[in-house]
Amino acid sequence: MIFGDYVVQKDLNFEIAKGEIFVIMGGSGCGKSTLMKHMTGLIRPARGRVRYDGESYWEADDERRAELGRRMGILFQSGALWSSMTLAENVALPLEQYTHLSDRDVAELVALKLALVGLRGFEEYFPNEISGGMRKRAGLARAIALDPDILFFDEPSAGLDPISSRRLDDLILELRDSLGATIVMVTHELPSIFTVADNSIFLDAETRTAIAHGNPRELAAHSDLPAVRTFLSRGEKE
Amino acid sequence: MAPEHVNRLEVFRAVDGVWEVRAVGRWTVEAALPDPSEILDTLADRPGVGLRLCSREVSSWDSSLVAVLMRVADAAQAQGRTLDTSLLPEGVRRLLALAIAVPERSGTGRKEKRKGLFTGTGVAVLQRWKRFNDLLTFIGETIIALGTFFSGKARFRAEDFWLAVEASGARALPIVTIIALLIGMIFAFVGAVQLRQFGADIYVANLVAVAMSREMGAVMTAIVLAGRTGAAFAAHISAMQGNEEVDALTSLGLSPMQFLVVPRVMALILMMPFLTLYADVMGILGGLIVAAGMLNVTMAAYLVQTTQAIGPSDIAIGLTKSLFFGALVAMAGCRAGMRSGRSAAAVGDATTKAVVSGILYVIVCDAIFAVILQRLGL
Repeated sequence: MIFGDYVVQKDLNFEIAKGEIFVIMGGSGCGKSTLMKHMTGLIRPARGRVRYDGESYWEADDERRAELGRRMGILFQSGALWSSMTLAENVALPLEQYTHLSDRDVAELVALKLALVGLRGFEEYFPNEISGGMRKRAGLARAIALDPDILFFDEPSAGLDPISSRRLDDLILELRDSLGATIVMVTHELPSIFTVADNSIFLDAETRTAIAHGNPRELAAHSDLPAVRTFLSRGEKE
Repeated sequence: MAPEHVNRLEVFRAVDGVWEVRAVGRWTVEAALPDPSEILDTLADRPGVGLRLCSREVSSWDSSLVAVLMRVADAAQAQGRTLDTSLLPEGVRRLLALAIAVPERSGTGRKEKRKGLFTGTGVAVLQRWKRFNDLLTFIGETIIALGTFFSGKARFRAEDFWLAVEASGARALPIVTIIALLIGMIFAFVGAVQLRQFGADIYVANLVAVAMSREMGAVMTAIVLAGRTGAAFAAHISAMQGNEEVDALTSLGLSPMQFLVVPRVMALILMMPFLTLYADVMGILGGLIVAAGMLNVTMAAYLVQTTQAIGPSDIAIGLTKSLFFGALVAMAGCRAGMRSGRSAAAVGDATTKAVVSGILYVIVCDAIFAVILQRLGL
């Protein structure tokens, strides 16, 4: 991963198993979000491959890339809802573009997705009329609109109070279990890392590579690297 | 279509006497969803307290199945039935539980009430009146902020001022050059066709010089700046609104009027006369090119005629107007930005408004000037 002449991260090599919740952690500015953008097809990596079921994303043609993209759902950091559309229209857009459902059926599915994230009855609201936490959940409803196989979350709990953040974690777990989706999450919120993660990598800004890989609870307890242990214990003395 | 592709709901009474809604077939978003309302009507006539959902005969499913089952579950709850979901696959059961866990919040419904003709007119008039009041308030606030500026107490970054000067001055030169040159040429062409009939070719110089210095130099420059700089002001301030940057200024005790509006208004008031003067010269040059190229007028004769046609007072009138135009264009831009909403769409609205109202203010102001100058006999 390179920005101009600046190498952000190099030699990253990891696998994410189907159905697991995989967390990308690391301090600010270590390239977590950039790594996710490489994985979701928003920025082409300077070198290397991103494979889905063995298929290299960046070597596929445009059409195939779009197909792969449809299997992903992304929740952006601040929701990234389209501000000129109501919540219902936001969630409906992917359905209208990629399925042949009638308007009534789209409306049914939109009602379901909003109900799943606890926003029943907010169909006609605009994103700037609801709270930050609700915008995030609405963003999640849009991300799961097409029943994606892989869900990406960029800092899902940033800017949420502990209770909302906990509820979002529960929602993520519940959706993983019921939809059977794989979840990739960029976060540095320790409580949510410990609650939801099955597996993780730790990106280090100094060595510019992943210095740890594994279940975060185990890493916190047994990692040989002080940097990782310090991060996972909020820098408190062990 | 093969039968296994058909998705449908069936309702019947199971052996233990409980009503059962059974989903059959393939439930994916590729196929249309069946309408559950018929089933719901049937259920309404059937007595009983329980309802079992069943999907044993479903070959594959995604959220479309859950969406329809959610409707059925809603209806069942409304009828006071208890729901039995134990026969559903685990994923469906959990999604359904999640979906109906949070009841629809009441009071979120949005129905536009139809307004009568009189109410509608009244509301529209009141809105216009409010907007007009708001415009006056903004002008007042700007004047107060400018007062603070001239008393030397305004807080803003000098850098912002110079950036605005550069953006509205030096960077606007190319477009002002082209527009003014072409306007001068167009006037000369149109004038030449008429004046030639009387052999009064040389008076093209008068036409171009008077039009440019008194009117078109200032008006065209103002319109160019409304589209260029006024829109940029609006977009910038509106995006700052969306990002809560304006709130951040206010919370520091900095007045956004002083900090954002004053440097921009001052920059345009400063640069407009220079640009107008420049536009005058370019317009006259345009007329000269046409006159020398197309008519029997020499360059020297054209220039001499120009100096006789206009005096310092004509130029001064144009420059005075340009001061006002500059202030109006900047204020229209800043006002659109300051009063904008906080979304991406609001930025677009703000720029549109900045350009439209900027041009409108300039033309109205020019008309007022025309009346005043005529009365004064200037």
